[in-house]
Amino acid sequence: MKYVDEFRDAALARNLAAKIAAEVQPQRRYHFMEFCGGHTHAIARYGLAELLPASVRMIHGPGCPVCVLPIGRIDQAIHLALERGAIVCTYGDTLRVPASGGLSMMKAKARGADIRMVYSAADALKVARANPVREVVFFAIGFETTTPPTALVLRQAKAEGLKNFSVLCCHVLTPAAITHILQGPGVGPAGDVPLDGFIGPAHVSIVIGYAPYVPFALGYQKPVVISGFEPLDVMQSILMLVRQVNEGRAEVENEFTRAVSADGNRAAQAVMDEVFEHREVFEWRGLGEVPDSALRIRPAYAEFDAEVRFGLCYQGVPDHKQCACGEILRGRKVPTDCKLFGTVCTPENPMGSCMVSSEGACAAHYAYGRFRDIPVVAA
Amino acid sequence: MSMKKHYQRPLDFKTGRIDMNHGAGGRASAQLISELFAPAFDNPFLRQGNDGAQLPAPPAGHALVMATDAHVISPLFFPGGDIGCLSVHGTVNDVAMLGAVPLYLSASFIIEEGFALADLRRIVESMAAAAREAGVPIVTGDTKVVEQGKGDGVFISTTGVGALPPGRQIGGALARAGDVVLVSGSIGDHGVAVLSQRESLAFETAIESDTAALHTLVAALLAAVPEGSVRTLRDPTRGGLATTLNEIAAQSGVGVLLDEAAIPMKPQVAAACELLGLDALYIANEGKLIAIVAPEVAEAALAALRAHPLGRDAACIGVVQADEHQFVQMKTALGGMRVVDWLAGEPLPRIC
Repeated sequence: MKYVDEFRDAALARNLAAKIAAEVQPQRRYHFMEFCGGHTHAIARYGLAELLPASVRMIHGPGCPVCVLPIGRIDQAIHLALERGAIVCTYGDTLRVPASGGLSMMKAKARGADIRMVYSAADALKVARANPVREVVFFAIGFETTTPPTALVLRQAKAEGLKNFSVLCCHVLTPAAITHILQGPGVGPAGDVPLDGFIGPAHVSIVIGYAPYVPFALGYQKPVVISGFEPLDVMQSILMLVRQVNEGRAEVENEFTRAVSADGNRAAQAVMDEVFEHREVFEWRGLGEVPDSALRIRPAYAEFDAEVRFGLCYQGVPDHKQCACGEILRGRKVPTDCKLFGTVCTPENPMGSCMVSSEGACAAHYAYGRFRDIPVVAA
Repeated sequence: MSMKKHYQRPLDFKTGRIDMNHGAGGRASAQLISELFAPAFDNPFLRQGNDGAQLPAPPAGHALVMATDAHVISPLFFPGGDIGCLSVHGTVNDVAMLGAVPLYLSASFIIEEGFALADLRRIVESMAAAAREAGVPIVTGDTKVVEQGKGDGVFISTTGVGALPPGRQIGGALARAGDVVLVSGSIGDHGVAVLSQRESLAFETAIESDTAALHTLVAALLAAVPEGSVRTLRDPTRGGLATTLNEIAAQSGVGVLLDEAAIPMKPQVAAACELLGLDALYIANEGKLIAIVAPEVAEAALAALRAHPLGRDAACIGVVQADEHQFVQMKTALGGMRVVDWLAGEPLPRIC
């Protein structure tokens, strides 16, 4: 695979590992949060933790759009399909996310809900065109990566005057979430959660660019390195972070230069601005209510807003009491600190957000890394 | 079953469709059997025309082996095969993976009202060709028709019977620490070929399904090494290589250590999986086998697999190790380590 294999070269990985090992200072520990689930997945899948010195600890952040989707939002989608007879179109890995009452979209489907997996927002539009007498709702989730395609289908639906299509918008924003973590309890010089830097989002940054991270790199004095998802990208970014920490710098650096610029994709940003506006507050699973961290559909597109069209009211649903996802996402705990990990909470029966998608911190550790610690018996 | 043909209009294989009459057990059912199934699958046992087939007993000392498989696949036709040949290969392979010689198959069809006769004929002929090529006749069968909307075109169940030579023991519980794990060729071909044809996903790829009957490959392998040195044979179908190895690890109470760099995979399969966010280790295969063999015969076993057309790309991909947790672990191509876990639910594409 041209342009992929080059970033998975074992010799280069060993070389980078040796450089990191040579540059870490013996008296120091390094705590880096990879915000994106894609990075968490890459670290686990390629066993990168094995290549890093013991003094470098990777903290798996909240950057998995499936993981941070709160129960109440899945409930809304299931309600539309089961109670209101709508065809609900959704991305594949949303199907397994646990909802209230022991349901998930997959389980609701088995109870007769018309829930269809789509590979793109445009496919949901096709479903609407093909079913003119049914209400078709696209359950739109994801960070800035998947937001422009949702904006485009809303624009297209309006242009076509589609009467049976709407979007349940659950798009969330990256910079707000990172800021929320940095402002959270225990973080900072006096806190118990050391965070020395961030591996910044890859695909998100293609859309928004790397400039939006500059204010908090400066404001919170935390280095950020925007990184691709290939294993060598991640290794190189860790090396860049180690160097920044050693040199006392806190800058935004761009490892993913082959795809990311300072300003990002202006056309994508323009269509997002046209269709969406910021929500004052939005609940994230595991993190609670995060201000200014999500998007809703602008009034000009209200007829395509499922929340307006169906008169939906958001009802928050608390996670399992013993679930430690919130603290795991903030780096205060690791998956094995959670009482539910690997016993009550497994990939087959996820209780908390971190176990839901393969990109979640707990799911990644359960699937790829548990041989290192506890004797969990597979279901 | 014979009909006075001139009293009846023959089946319209160009534009005709299955209707409820074809499953009602009356004249229309008999016509479907006599004009489609019987000539396609023709053999002396089927010609007995009874509700079941009377078959010769296997040679003295042989044990009987039986396997059954239901085939439900969308789309029904895919690059390199269709549900018909798949339903023959899948069951022949299940019998062969015990080290038995497959002898006979049965086939049962559940067809949805409205299904095109042309497509049914294509499927039946593909099935007949696969059975002939494998040398395993379809000796009895059944057809049912369900109302439109209650099926997905056609479902086919096949059952296979085979004879296991005296003293041969091959099974999922027999792997032991120190054994070597072989795979007969590149993984993920079938699953990617099928995905590429899904209506919602259609992408172009040169990958064809690997669907094939593996009993001659098994015979070649068993002939090349002493009896008892092949511990386990398994075709990694649904759930792929990863799930199959986890099953074996659990059955045998051992761990497996894989070497990612040694696992054969076509670049197109790797690329398609990358694009869809899927892991090829979990993608279905229909013409590959995993062989767990004693370390001292590993070289000879690998050579025997490679000498057969269906095992040309065979590779040694790992070892069995003592592990009370029965983990399947993998040394990654980058030099790290990871668990290769059971498949959790259906493999679903990641969103970003």
